[in-house]
Amino acid sequence: MPAVQETIDRVRSIDLDQYKYGFETTIEMEKSEKGISEDVVRFISAKKNEPDWLLQWRLDAYRRWLTMKEPEWARVEYDKVDYNDIYYYAAPKRKGPESLDEIDPEILKTYEKLGIPLREVEVLEGIAPERRVAVDAVFDSVSVATTFKKELEKAGVIFMPISEAVREHPELVKKYLGSVVPVTDNFFATLNSAVFSDGSFVYIPPGVRCPMELSTYFRINERDTGQFERTLIIADKGSYVSYLEGCTAPKRDDNQLHAAVVELVALDDAEIKYSTVQNWYPGDNEGRGGIYNFVTKRGDCRGARSKISWTQVETGSAITWKYPSCILRGDDSRGEFYSIAVSNGMQQVDSGTKMIHLGKNTTSRIISKGISAGRSQNTYRGLVSAHKKAKNARNFTNCDSLLIGDQCGAHTVPYIESKNASAVFEHEATTSKISEDQKFYCQQRGLSEEEATALIVNGFVRDVLQQLPMEFAVEAQKLISISLEGSVG
Amino acid sequence: MLEIKNLVVQIEDNRILNGLNLTVNDGEVAAIMGPNGSGKSTLSYVIAGKEDYEVLDGEILLDGQNLLEMEADERAAAGVFLAFQYPLEIPGVGTMTFLKACLNAQRKARGEDELSTPDFIRAVNGAADRLEINKEMLKRALNVGFSGGEKKRMEILQMALLQPKFCVLDETDSGLDIDALRIVSEGVNALRAQGRSFLVITHYQRLLNHIVPDTVHVMSRGQIVKTGGKELALELEASGYAEYRAGEAA
Repeated sequence: MPAVQETIDRVRSIDLDQYKYGFETTIEMEKSEKGISEDVVRFISAKKNEPDWLLQWRLDAYRRWLTMKEPEWARVEYDKVDYNDIYYYAAPKRKGPESLDEIDPEILKTYEKLGIPLREVEVLEGIAPERRVAVDAVFDSVSVATTFKKELEKAGVIFMPISEAVREHPELVKKYLGSVVPVTDNFFATLNSAVFSDGSFVYIPPGVRCPMELSTYFRINERDTGQFERTLIIADKGSYVSYLEGCTAPKRDDNQLHAAVVELVALDDAEIKYSTVQNWYPGDNEGRGGIYNFVTKRGDCRGARSKISWTQVETGSAITWKYPSCILRGDDSRGEFYSIAVSNGMQQVDSGTKMIHLGKNTTSRIISKGISAGRSQNTYRGLVSAHKKAKNARNFTNCDSLLIGDQCGAHTVPYIESKNASAVFEHEATTSKISEDQKFYCQQRGLSEEEATALIVNGFVRDVLQQLPMEFAVEAQKLISISLEGSVG
Repeated sequence: MLEIKNLVVQIEDNRILNGLNLTVNDGEVAAIMGPNGSGKSTLSYVIAGKEDYEVLDGEILLDGQNLLEMEADERAAAGVFLAFQYPLEIPGVGTMTFLKACLNAQRKARGEDELSTPDFIRAVNGAADRLEINKEMLKRALNVGFSGGEKKRMEILQMALLQPKFCVLDETDSGLDIDALRIVSEGVNALRAQGRSFLVITHYQRLLNHIVPDTVHVMSRGQIVKTGGKELALELEASGYAEYRAGEAA
């Protein structure tokens, strides 16, 4: 596989600064006042010309949030966030470009540095690659570039910033927003509901197979700007969509809060595949300045025979608090969770999934690979539950942890609840260290110590990487190698 | 080709090699025999550059280059190959992926171009055919679920592919049945050439019936205590290691 060679080359070419994507662009931002209040919520809603029902929805969330406490059960430690020391809204001043030409060259340059292609060119040149990727690029809070829109329209697919969908497809947004992650769900999700800035909206009509993979790139750019993405994906009966989310962020010193909410709804016979590569700034070697990532991701297999699959490669953030979950409501529905969580330096990861079996003959599969290096702590936390009516629920869980060095920690916390005697849940877990003998064997054949480690790690995560679309798999492999830089020797 | 002078090695305060001297000439096949615990495997690891060993004195020269100053991967690129007694399993890493990564890493280290994929596949397939290795095996993760004999054949396949200068075979015959022993030995014999030398470590004479050595060294208590021609192996087979062991007990 050439990808491995590429990984090796990439490792070689890395300069001393481990966090390659740590740079800032200087675009003027428009901000709300610092801190959170009803006024700020109204300001955000007004900025987006939102209808009254959405403003009320936000205000309900805000009032609810005031009564809630930050959760403390996760195995992570961090300085308390001062929620009044954050800007809750920031948008680039120029808005609503019609074409790439209208996009601020500074923004395009940033994407160029990140190696993110705006693939417009391919279409203009009449090049028809087998699998296209539509990029709805999110720059800080407001989407500033949408490509491939026309082709998607032809298929009847709706793919746009959620702020636009609120205006253009209010009936869909109203029906589904908050239907998977209720406003009252948890501290961070409720905060998000009050102040969410923007995000992607996807609707796939009945029977349609989305003609390309949908992709959104997130970046956190403005200093001290909390990022509150809101994504809503609906796959109507018998449809299929694959959605890719990739994140990078500039380097900075202060901790940054990120509390996104992603809701997926799959109706009868529909399938949603949601893939993430997350590479936010993890902080310096002492753990200073990294992103706090408190994300609520949940999919609802609402229809019979529906399927939702989460695949994530998590390499960034100082704190990761994230449990992409599936509610298996429809009979014969299926949930999958494939995860690679890499932690190095002082990173703390508490991540996993919940598979809630409600319908009959529902099945789920969890494959989690945690890699800990440096002085990091990496926890898998997962819940598999079968409710009374979940006859013949089946789950298979496999959690493997790999330790590099002797100052890191790996923890597995599985919760299993079954209220139906016919449920069969299997759980496997292993923890291993990269053995010196394996490394020596590889080195004896000519690989350097870092190459040997990269190769062994790639082997360890292979089952999960295979779940990613090809172009993402290559990127993910690179990221894993970059993240583990400096962890050997 | 290889010259070892006064090599003194210890691991965790245990002296394993005690001023070992050994010379292997270009194109020569040298066998090292000796009782358990005489330091044979340690010698092979120290030549290949395993880190656990503390070299207190001496030098190992490969065509004049001091191996002790090089990392294990640098030694590999310089032409040192160790066929492991217990080859390691690398889960999830396809055999072809591994072979290509190693071959290209060595070529790169020597400033050579990477082998093209068709050339690479041709080279692997050719070697696999000679070693009667099933192509299905090449699609599996390296050594994972391979039988003992399959692992040893895979070692020789790697040797054939990497074309090393100096090959150390550490008890390659252990765990092999008669057929596998013949196949592996033929694989090694096919690689015998000017510009390539072998150090064959074994307990038993039977391997040396297949890979006929030019010289036989007897090792005991971390030193070479006797050197002779291939007939020395036959003598040992008849008399056993008793006389060398007696020395150890003292």
